[in-house]
Amino acid sequence: MTISKYLVLAGVTVFAAAGDSMLSHGMKQTGNISIHNLASVFFALSNPWVALGIVLLLAFFAAYMNALSWADLTYVLPATSLGYVLLAFVAKFALHEQISLSRWLGIALISGGVGFVAGGPALTSHAHETEKAPLLPKSRRNGAPIPDATAGAES
Amino acid sequence: MKHVYTWFGILAVGLASVVGDILLAHAMKQVGDIHALWKRSGLFRVIGRVLSTPSFFCGVAAMAVAFFSLLFSLSWGDVSLVGPAAASLTFIGNAFAAKIFLHEKVDRRRWIAAVLVAGGVALLAG
Repeated sequence: MTISKYLVLAGVTVFAAAGDSMLSHGMKQTGNISIHNLASVFFALSNPWVALGIVLLLAFFAAYMNALSWADLTYVLPATSLGYVLLAFVAKFALHEQISLSRWLGIALISGGVGFVAGGPALTSHAHETEKAPLLPKSRRNGAPIPDATAGAES
Repeated sequence: MKHVYTWFGILAVGLASVVGDILLAHAMKQVGDIHALWKRSGLFRVIGRVLSTPSFFCGVAAMAVAFFSLLFSLSWGDVSLVGPAAASLTFIGNAFAAKIFLHEKVDRRRWIAAVLVAGGVALLAG
């Protein structure tokens, strides 16, 4: 795990939470949309909060795909679930909502779950990596000189 | 009867989300580590690789099904039930599916994490 990979996980967490809250905030301003009135969808898109929410959710999707390319699904999902906790804190400190005891318990459970999975390896299944590796000759993977290349240089 | 519809909807959302997550994870494992690929061949190569993977599109389609199932479920049931129930179901379902289809080693540590997060999500919305 490098710092850039931790940043990707943080991006998945923050973009999802921020995108959802902005979309929800914007949709409350625009009101109901219905299948019978498709123009209302475009009206909703013209709301800056909705538009920003969509951009953030696209960023979330890119970060999520990035994370799944080098980590297990069962690692990425719990590791990024701190977004739920983040939303609860935003509700408490920015929106001044009351947080009940059962919500605090929920926050504790999620944080515990994140702690559990973060202590383990990010990747357990990797048939693909080992499938690709034999393309390189064994001597080269070990950093040893390649016999063919040196022979070519001599002649 | 509405109660049955709501739970049917929650089940549909959970199932479609699990199928979507598994397909997307499968697609990205086929693409390989993006960081390494990006450094080696550039961003356009990364995008081209992702877009030429069929399971990526199947995953996105499954996610779209999950999204519309969620919209229908929300018209039958309360958001405080549908949201957390579907999310919890997805966490647990993904742990099973990742073990079976992606051959991830879901050890005790990961099971506990999945169950804690699923329980926590259910409590947060309560």
